[in-house]
Amino acid sequence: MQIKLVRRTRSKSAVALSATAALLCGALLSGCASDDPAGGGSTGGTGAGQKGKTVLKVGVFGAFGMKEAGLFDAYMKANPNVVIEQNSIERNENYYPQLLNHLTSGSGLSDIQAVEVNNIAEITATQSAKLMDLGKVQGVTKDAFLPWKWAQGTSKDGKTVGLGTDVGPMGICYRKDLFQKAGLPTERAAVGKLWAGDWKKYLEVGKQYKAKAPDGTKFLDSASGLLAAVMGGNEKRFYDADGKVIYKSNPAVKEAWAVAAESATAGLSAKHQQFQKGWDQGFANGQFATVSCPPWMLGYIQDKAGAAGKGKWDVAPAPKPSNWGGAFLTVPEAGKNKAEAAKLAAWLTAPAQQATLFAKRGSFPSAQTAYADPVVSGAKHEYFGGAPIGEIFSAAAKGVPVQILGPKDLVINTNMADIGMLQVDQKGKSPEDGWNAAVKAIDNALDQ
Amino acid sequence: MSSVSSESVPAAPAGEETAGKEGVRSGWRSRRHRWDVKFSPYAFVAPFFVFFLAFGLFPLLYTGWASLHQVELTAPTDMNWVGFRNFSRLMSDEFFWNALRNTVTIGLLSTVPQLLIALGIAHLLNFKLRGSSFFRVAALTPYATSVAAATLVFVLLFGRDYGMINWALGAVGLDPVDWQNGTWTSQLAVSTIVIWRWTGYNALIYLAAMQAIPHDLYESAELDGASRWQQFRHVTIPSLRPTILFTVVVSTIGATQLFGEPLLFSGSAGATGGSEHQFQTLGLYLYEQGWVNLHLGRASAIAWTMFLILLLIGLVNWLISRRLAKSAEGRG
Repeated sequence: MQIKLVRRTRSKSAVALSATAALLCGALLSGCASDDPAGGGSTGGTGAGQKGKTVLKVGVFGAFGMKEAGLFDAYMKANPNVVIEQNSIERNENYYPQLLNHLTSGSGLSDIQAVEVNNIAEITATQSAKLMDLGKVQGVTKDAFLPWKWAQGTSKDGKTVGLGTDVGPMGICYRKDLFQKAGLPTERAAVGKLWAGDWKKYLEVGKQYKAKAPDGTKFLDSASGLLAAVMGGNEKRFYDADGKVIYKSNPAVKEAWAVAAESATAGLSAKHQQFQKGWDQGFANGQFATVSCPPWMLGYIQDKAGAAGKGKWDVAPAPKPSNWGGAFLTVPEAGKNKAEAAKLAAWLTAPAQQATLFAKRGSFPSAQTAYADPVVSGAKHEYFGGAPIGEIFSAAAKGVPVQILGPKDLVINTNMADIGMLQVDQKGKSPEDGWNAAVKAIDNALDQ
Repeated sequence: MSSVSSESVPAAPAGEETAGKEGVRSGWRSRRHRWDVKFSPYAFVAPFFVFFLAFGLFPLLYTGWASLHQVELTAPTDMNWVGFRNFSRLMSDEFFWNALRNTVTIGLLSTVPQLLIALGIAHLLNFKLRGSSFFRVAALTPYATSVAAATLVFVLLFGRDYGMINWALGAVGLDPVDWQNGTWTSQLAVSTIVIWRWTGYNALIYLAAMQAIPHDLYESAELDGASRWQQFRHVTIPSLRPTILFTVVVSTIGATQLFGEPLLFSGSAGATGGSEHQFQTLGLYLYEQGWVNLHLGRASAIAWTMFLILLLIGLVNWLISRRLAKSAEGRG
């Protein structure tokens, strides 16, 4: 199952793969049960030959990558008295409500629980009493992390309950062959210059592309992908610093909406919904020339575009620094081996391990001291024409503003992308109608 | 003492009564026997009722209690009493009415063709066929397939740009259809999955009932010169009446609770049921409110409303079956 190798931080992506995993389970009737405990509670018992050892369970969503990158094995080798077991639930939509349930009841929890960036604000606001303060654990250095990542995992009363794993600084993945046919430059620095500084320039390039577009291709994959990319570059998105919902009047959101909607109305978009089958097939068929791509998406593109796309894709800097996705590790107070779990969480999020995770899985470190590590700074992606991804994404990560998160980021974001912008993109609704539909759905979703 | 208690059990055999007078030991034995007769049936059915209490009745009642509160999944123990507000707000909740409408239309679109096709298939299978058990097993295979697997295949078939159905439409010169985005097209697609999965199951139920119809009925009908079609209409269908009613009820319940197919039909988009909620069923809306928006109180109210709707359907069904039974009696 090579698709499981992709690291996905955005919850949507997890769904597509969970569905695929379900299909594979159904088709093969084997294997899945062993590496994917359905229901994902905390059943992993202590097997024979593990007596006297401390069993640490790590609850993650999607294919988080730490186990796959060999980090667990390395830790167990260095600490022979520890056995690490992973509970993985494919979809964050299923993982997150269950985590809340378990936190409330204080049972069924794993010793370490991962949290997605769109949920971290709700976790720090409502669950921080049930989670350990990892900021004071030995081996955790505040200055090692990007300051904004540290702040996101810290509650109002100063408890750092979530240690950052990865971040999603934005780049633009593009097809060199399609750019060439459309008469655009293909070299990544020149491509980056085309739109440097402004997402509107990106649209302008799109219009140039459209004028000479190779048959059956579009400039970008989806309007909602662009919406996420543009919005991710703003300090304020849906909430202000006081925790008030302000997306309706936030000019930054309106502007992002306008840019993304224009990509649809100007006919630049291939009208896909991201992480859906059609999107995957679009990659395989070379249907669009660009995608806004955080580092965790590179592996996904590689899988979907396959061997046919090798050497055709490249990565250029995005118009503006922006962040999309990322995750945290938390340690519930109710755990039996809190101290050991905290130690493991600290180790997993330390710069050296984050660098390994980037090298093996493409999850970009939130530990800024890792950027100097040659494993990160010198990283090149072979599939993407040897693009210096370490350099490109380090630069992008440094420019990302400290984003203000809110408890309902996920709900607001989902309704904007999957209701409002999707109507504009796929059903040809006007940007205003799409906006109003999104607002109506969000109002309903936020009303308790 | 023993005689008193033996009087209270009139069904006790006469032999035991005499034995009861003989002494305390045999009195104890007879008492044990009576208890055994009296209580062991309850013990035998107890496991079901214990489980039903724990996993059926209690959640049902607790959901009802939760529906009268404002509860969030972030803190399920903090309940704020809101009375019937969660129910009354459903009246003006356009997403709820949309979901109810979708549930009804998808229910009709899937149940009616499904049962008609099942009846036809059962009729065909009822003939003497070579390899009949092969066909029977084949009819049941979709039912044995997991919803997720089946739905994923259908999602690919109904794909907009690279789907096989649009490819076939293109081959005969028709324009491709954006199945997922149209209201009717998406509901049709979801119904197709349901029909595909459940037709064989219903066909086998019909087949079982058909084989219980006495053969003499067909013989005498044939002697009276009835054609195959007339035999089907006037012998088979009336004999199947209770079975048809049963399948209608079961399919209706299934249609009201429809969840997996529309959830997976939207792929990764979760519980929205399309960009305009065009195939969001009640089950999906409940899921969205409870597990995406985390409003447990509102979700509980939707759950109870669905329960009441099902009770209503049950009542209508009961009235119809009573009427049918009466008219059958009248004819007999």
